Amino acid sequence: MSTLAALARLRAVHTGAAQRLATVRHCHLSERPMVLIPLRLAGEAAAPLAAMAGTDPARPRLLVVPQPRDRDLRFAFAAELAEILLPYIEGLQKATETVERRGAEPFERCVDAPQVIVPNRSAVAFVQLLGRSTRFRRAEGEYAVHPSVPVLGRWLTFLAQRAQYPGSASLLAATEAMSLHWATGQSALEDANLASLMGWIDPPPGMTGAEAAREAEDPLVWPPAGPATDPGFDSEVLAPAIRAYAETRSDRAAARVGEAVRSQLEPTWRLMWRAVGLLGALPAGPGVAARWEGDRASFTGFAAQLAEGGPPQPKRDGAVGAASRLARMERAQASYDAQRAYDDPLVMAGHRLTGEAFTGTVLAADPDHAEGEGRGRKLRPLLTVRTSDPVRLAAGTRLGTPERRGQQAEVVEITGGHVTLKIVKGMGRGRTASPGSVPEVGERVCYAALTDEYQPPASLPAPEDTPWTHGGPPPEHVPAVEEPDEEEWA
Amino acid sequence: MTVTEPATARDAAAVVEAVLADLPDHRGVVVDSPPGAGKSTLVVRAAGHLAATGEPLMIIAQTNEQVDDLIVRMAAEHPGVPLGRLSAADYSVPRRVMGKASIGTKLPDLGDPAVVVATADKWAWAGDRTWPWAIVDEAYQMRSDKLLRIAGLFDRALFVGDPGQLDPFSIVDGDRWAGLSWDPLQSAVAVLLRHNPGLPVHRLPVSWRLPASAAPVVSEAFYPYTGFRAGTLPGERRLSFAAGGMRTAYDRALEEAAVSGWALYELPNRHTVRTDAEAVQAVAVLAARLLQRAPVAHSERGEHPVTADRVAIGAAHRDQVAAIQAAGVPEGVTVDTANRLQGREYDVTIILHPLSGRRDATAFHLESGRLCVLTSRHRHACVVVARAGIPELLDAHPSAEPVRLNVPVKFPDGWEANQAVLAHLAAHRVEAAPLR
Repeated sequence: MSTLAALARLRAVHTGAAQRLATVRHCHLSERPMVLIPLRLAGEAAAPLAAMAGTDPARPRLLVVPQPRDRDLRFAFAAELAEILLPYIEGLQKATETVERRGAEPFERCVDAPQVIVPNRSAVAFVQLLGRSTRFRRAEGEYAVHPSVPVLGRWLTFLAQRAQYPGSASLLAATEAMSLHWATGQSALEDANLASLMGWIDPPPGMTGAEAAREAEDPLVWPPAGPATDPGFDSEVLAPAIRAYAETRSDRAAARVGEAVRSQLEPTWRLMWRAVGLLGALPAGPGVAARWEGDRASFTGFAAQLAEGGPPQPKRDGAVGAASRLARMERAQASYDAQRAYDDPLVMAGHRLTGEAFTGTVLAADPDHAEGEGRGRKLRPLLTVRTSDPVRLAAGTRLGTPERRGQQAEVVEITGGHVTLKIVKGMGRGRTASPGSVPEVGERVCYAALTDEYQPPASLPAPEDTPWTHGGPPPEHVPAVEEPDEEEWA
Repeated sequence: MTVTEPATARDAAAVVEAVLADLPDHRGVVVDSPPGAGKSTLVVRAAGHLAATGEPLMIIAQTNEQVDDLIVRMAAEHPGVPLGRLSAADYSVPRRVMGKASIGTKLPDLGDPAVVVATADKWAWAGDRTWPWAIVDEAYQMRSDKLLRIAGLFDRALFVGDPGQLDPFSIVDGDRWAGLSWDPLQSAVAVLLRHNPGLPVHRLPVSWRLPASAAPVVSEAFYPYTGFRAGTLPGERRLSFAAGGMRTAYDRALEEAAVSGWALYELPNRHTVRTDAEAVQAVAVLAARLLQRAPVAHSERGEHPVTADRVAIGAAHRDQVAAIQAAGVPEGVTVDTANRLQGREYDVTIILHPLSGRRDATAFHLESGRLCVLTSRHRHACVVVARAGIPELLDAHPSAEPVRLNVPVKFPDGWEANQAVLAHLAAHRVEAAPLR
């Protein structure tokens, strides 16, 4: 926890109200997000019990598996979920825009992408498991399922994989999105409880956040947001209802299970939309749209892959696939961190406290300073900034600045509150700096050792050229026509 | 020179001979080297050996500093072997490297030297020429995805490194690959041995750096199954002070370290922020006082004054390093993080314990490699600065990392290693002076 976050939590305890950690919203919020609250049967890894889903707060759709141990019913549930999710996803594929690129072919990108919001991190993991259990199913042969089930499985897997990318908003956990913007007076573990987190952030009238959070700990008032259900509910309400259904298989018994889980889901449904409302009230940070573009591009690419009849996502990455995914994730993390700091003075303040960034006033500027002679002459404008921040940067460190994105400076020296910088990039190519690119004396500036500049990694070998150190080329997969379709519930 | 030293030296030499003998028969050979066991010497020796066969050789190091060090040593040991150094466009040639190697950003710029040295990152851009031989230095520090990018460049390779040091890391969560034999977050050696379990693994048996007071402690704590011993006997390395002290707690800690090789300068138990002002101050004052006392090192190399460049201060985090620097450290003393101190050697080190003042013990702080690096940089003495209460903190935080299928169990366990080091330090405890 950063010093600033610790301070915000202390303040929350002191005042009884959650404290803002950000001045802008750092995650994209779709105009029409889909809220999905999955429930799982206790004791099973991936047996869906129920789900509440929809894009309209007034019209939630409730899906129920009256006997979660019955696998036919599980896949009937998946087909029902597909009926809700797939039209939402396919509707977004229609409108596209042409993106021009310098030095490459222009490409088509969907103007919007699906955004699914689940309550918490465990729900994200459950989405992944549900995708894993459905994407390899088949619509014909033994144990056939509805044709929409494997398609649903691929989309759920796509969403769960996007959720691993720092800064992606395709699949959001509400508790994480809220904790990114507010600090509460409880522990991070307690913040994973949506009801108590929302209690701190948005208490009902006449209550402090601390009181509302305490009330939220009662599972009778605020049932858990899933996927695990309250054990008391399980034994006293759910188990008898499921047993009654298992014995009679009647519609009445199924309706009884449905009503039972509805009582568990509805409070969370309302909480989810309150969270969406609170997030939507924050102004979006400038970097949000750019990161959402990444989500949209990824969505477009996957939709095309699916349309071409590509195979389901593999269970695990190969050696080359893993390395290239790691490189993409690391790049996403670095640029997410940098963008958030540059978008938000409150996030930047955290970096200023650790000495990786500073804010100050320009004391002196030499915009025409140059290094080298003749053809090797390079323009390197010099700046001296006075700051009272505890700067902990070594000479030679590369810095960026929120005021002039794309510009880079280098620390020359730091002496007691005075930082000398030279600008090395983003001041024009001429013999003199382009107008406005060098801060003027008296200007308030901020510099930080964070950069979201993209440096392409060195190329990886093709998967069929995997070297001997990494196990050699993977064996070619030849799907046997008569391959027994064994279930794996991993 | 003592009676047993030739035997120790003979053991070490026998391992080197065995490594060289194995080279032609295997696709890869791994050499595990504990701190200061002559890893660089082995690399230089093997490079000379391979260059003598007339076949071109590539050497892969992890940082530019390591590349420069290797070139300086190669040039000194094998003056007849032409060297090349691949570097980035913005690399400025240090004085010590000048004239010792041809330097360029692309292979054709180098002419055709017998040995080309570069960082793993640079090699990944070197094009598709293949080399019959490669030496990978600091291979345990290299992440396996880096090896994947360059393994196609060579036919056979010698991997040398220290398994006890810090594992490579990532800023993102790599759980999705846990258990895969090609998990990109493992070290290069781990992935190599999981796919080629038959490759010979040699171990250098003697640490020439660590004194007899430190080798058993470090060996037991961090290399529980592949121990090593010191190249010198107890009493052979000594530290004395030419200037008298003032009997302050600082002086007593330094004197304890001079006599026994270890000292624990213990501040009162307290939860603090990471840049604990009192601990930072104590580290800085200890460094200043050490140099004021005009220390003299006595060793098998003779007698020499310990100057600022032979003293290092180590910490876990960059902000701690910055805070220590800001607190005023004598000119010339190295202050750095464990990651950056890897592979370096000093006469005396002063370290800020990674768990000092903490309220919890996270996997980062429990990583055995971090403490191993910090406690194995010195030839004479190591002073540890810490707040009281770390053993209790460890007892309250047993390792609770999830156990994952197919992930090889790693030794040593960080929790256990931390306890072992603390148990040893308890005998060398000096209580800090009360603060005014």
